[in-house]
Amino acid sequence: MVYLDYAATTPLNDEVLNAYTKLLKQYYGNSDSLHALGREAAKLMETAREQISDLLSVRKEEVLFTSCASEANNLALKGYAFHYQKRGKHLITTAVEHSSVLHTMEQLEKQFGFEVSYLPVNEQGKVELESLKQALRKDTILVSCMLVNNESGAINDISVLADYVHAFSRAAFHMDGVQGLGKVELPLDAVDMATFSAHKIYGLKGSGLLIKKQHVELLPLISAGQQEQGLRGGTSNSPVNTVFAKTLRLALEKQAEHTAYVKGLNDYLREELAKLDHIIINSDPSGSPYILNFSCLKIGSEIMLNALDERGFCVSAQSTCASHTKAHSYVLSAMGLGEVRATHAVRVSLSHLTKQSELTSFIEALKEIIHDYQIR
Amino acid sequence: MTIKSDKVVYNHILVRYGELSTKGKNKKDFISRLLHNVKNALREFPALTYEKTHDRLYIMLNGEDAHKVSDLLAKVFGISSFSFAIKVPSDMEEIRSMALKVAKNSDALTFKIVSRRSFKQFPLISDEINRAVAADILRQTELKVDVHDPQLRIQIEVHQFDTYIMINTIPGAGGYPVGVGGKALVMLSGGIDSPVASYLTMKRGVAIECIHYASPPYTSKRAQEKVLQLAAKVAGYQGHIRVHIVPFTELQLAIYKHCDESYAITIMRRMMYRIAQRVCERQNCLAIVNGESIGQVASQTLESMQTINQVVQIPVIRPVVTMDKLEIIDLAKHIDTYDISIQPFEDCCTIFTPKNPVTKPTLKKAEKLESFFDFEPLVEACVEQIETINVYPGTKFSIEENADLF
Repeated sequence: MVYLDYAATTPLNDEVLNAYTKLLKQYYGNSDSLHALGREAAKLMETAREQISDLLSVRKEEVLFTSCASEANNLALKGYAFHYQKRGKHLITTAVEHSSVLHTMEQLEKQFGFEVSYLPVNEQGKVELESLKQALRKDTILVSCMLVNNESGAINDISVLADYVHAFSRAAFHMDGVQGLGKVELPLDAVDMATFSAHKIYGLKGSGLLIKKQHVELLPLISAGQQEQGLRGGTSNSPVNTVFAKTLRLALEKQAEHTAYVKGLNDYLREELAKLDHIIINSDPSGSPYILNFSCLKIGSEIMLNALDERGFCVSAQSTCASHTKAHSYVLSAMGLGEVRATHAVRVSLSHLTKQSELTSFIEALKEIIHDYQIR
Repeated sequence: MTIKSDKVVYNHILVRYGELSTKGKNKKDFISRLLHNVKNALREFPALTYEKTHDRLYIMLNGEDAHKVSDLLAKVFGISSFSFAIKVPSDMEEIRSMALKVAKNSDALTFKIVSRRSFKQFPLISDEINRAVAADILRQTELKVDVHDPQLRIQIEVHQFDTYIMINTIPGAGGYPVGVGGKALVMLSGGIDSPVASYLTMKRGVAIECIHYASPPYTSKRAQEKVLQLAAKVAGYQGHIRVHIVPFTELQLAIYKHCDESYAITIMRRMMYRIAQRVCERQNCLAIVNGESIGQVASQTLESMQTINQVVQIPVIRPVVTMDKLEIIDLAKHIDTYDISIQPFEDCCTIFTPKNPVTKPTLKKAEKLESFFDFEPLVEACVEQIETINVYPGTKFSIEENADLF
């Protein structure tokens, strides 16, 4: 089995697993209980929060634990929109966001009377400042834009976009940073809110973060107890939250080393794909080296995936969170790459765990598949 | 390396001494104490090297992150200000090209050059240096001169061999280096006022130890942890703080059993002072410090203070005595203790609060009430059973055995 779908999720780091097991067994107390066991759990979780805030250079109170990045996105967008709706009801996002942003926006638009502008992206998959300038209005209260696109790997100039928003409007800026964490530099100084996830960096599933700067207020979506400053009620998942700190430390410590290695893999893969007929690379070289998206013009995404799967290769066609719909990449469409490329896309996502030999056999398999099954 | 791809990398921090410049022959002690404190505060950066002169302290960064160092340096008392600096040889060509590079790296619109020569044999006088450097910048960048309110202030200090080029002066914490003024014992309650009192005491150069009165099970472990967290916060200003935890339950119960309820707080405070004085003697502390503020509660009226103060001979310093609550809160926020202080836990002063505490207690009555019972053995027991905890800045409590979890 060759796993090339690290943007969907990653295997668990053993060190993280050991820490998690110890936490589950020894520190099962409710972190809000007043007795020793509860206090221990609370202390560990708060220490973790502090470590995370140090690693990300934000304040401790700005780190909120959630059950996943999708929840964090929902809390950021709805929580903000509901709280500040008296200031205006216009929101801006991009056409290529993750489903947890797009569907939240859609809900705000259809059910709650907000107006949403969807920014286009250029051929590289990036949002241009000019289109943001045109969309920004007096009643815009929130702009949400992802750092690294999960399908194309395109990296947005978040600082430029956010600085413009702050200079010329009262709107806040939210960044979905899930695919950037541990991979590219995080422009956390520039934004008001940011979303991250543990399972993309060899951590646990069911573990997300919302970074919320102190001046930002939110309406809680889960109204319950005092946990997470009352913004996210419900018994704290303290073992999971605690172990996020270690997950993050491990990822950031090795970021430079891993990125350099993956860049090498990416270059190799690009070179080899360029030698094949009928293949067009969709990811711009300026993007994240961890994601490489290409289209095989002769074989549709679904058939390609089935064929690769049969040979033991795990890849995706599009965002994993939207994989149960018809294989058509809205991201590639938005990049203006045309119907064919959008329906014939394959997303390979790499890791420091990927070996070059795995990529060599992947290329071999591609050649076979193209030879055996090409249709048009 | 000073320059990486045309980006300015600061290799020095230049530290200007605070009030101690006025202190005549004590100056030497002050400077060496300051250097000791700075080294202590920056001990997590092993690569740093230091050079002290009579009016400046230079910290060589040797690759350490200037901003991380500056966060800690800003807490060291005895520093009036400091600047990130680039050291170049005292050569006009070098000075001009580096100043130009600094200007190009800035996004300011206006600038001013401020030169000083401590090396008077340097061929150009300060004003000529200013003109030469400014001419380069005017010619090669968009920046304009504004001598009154410049957005970018480039300071150039020319010494015999080396010249320091600096921008933006960062204010230091002021005050005197902690330790030059002896040592005092702070009564740390867990409230808002006593951490502020600790901070103000240290600011005047006085090192502190803390004493805390715990009455388990009436006060919780969490309350005690809160006190240690507060100590860890203010420990940043002196490096390390010793906290003496006094087991106060027995004595407190005895007070409530044997004394009139309205005088309970008065007597309790008298007992606390007695214990504090004995700890002072043992620890060589020269004064008791607390967070009392006139009129804030019944035990903090002038009449109460007078009655309570009678039991000790050493000075009792009350740094926040005349401050409004809001002024104290501002300071607490400034030193980042406010959010810890407002966590709602019972402390030994709030639990046994009488319904009608006396606001004007008399010494005569207090002494009479105390004479009904022999408190001395209990006071002595309190002192003997003190548990002393060493708290360091950023101490993560009981994390050590769980280091593998992080």
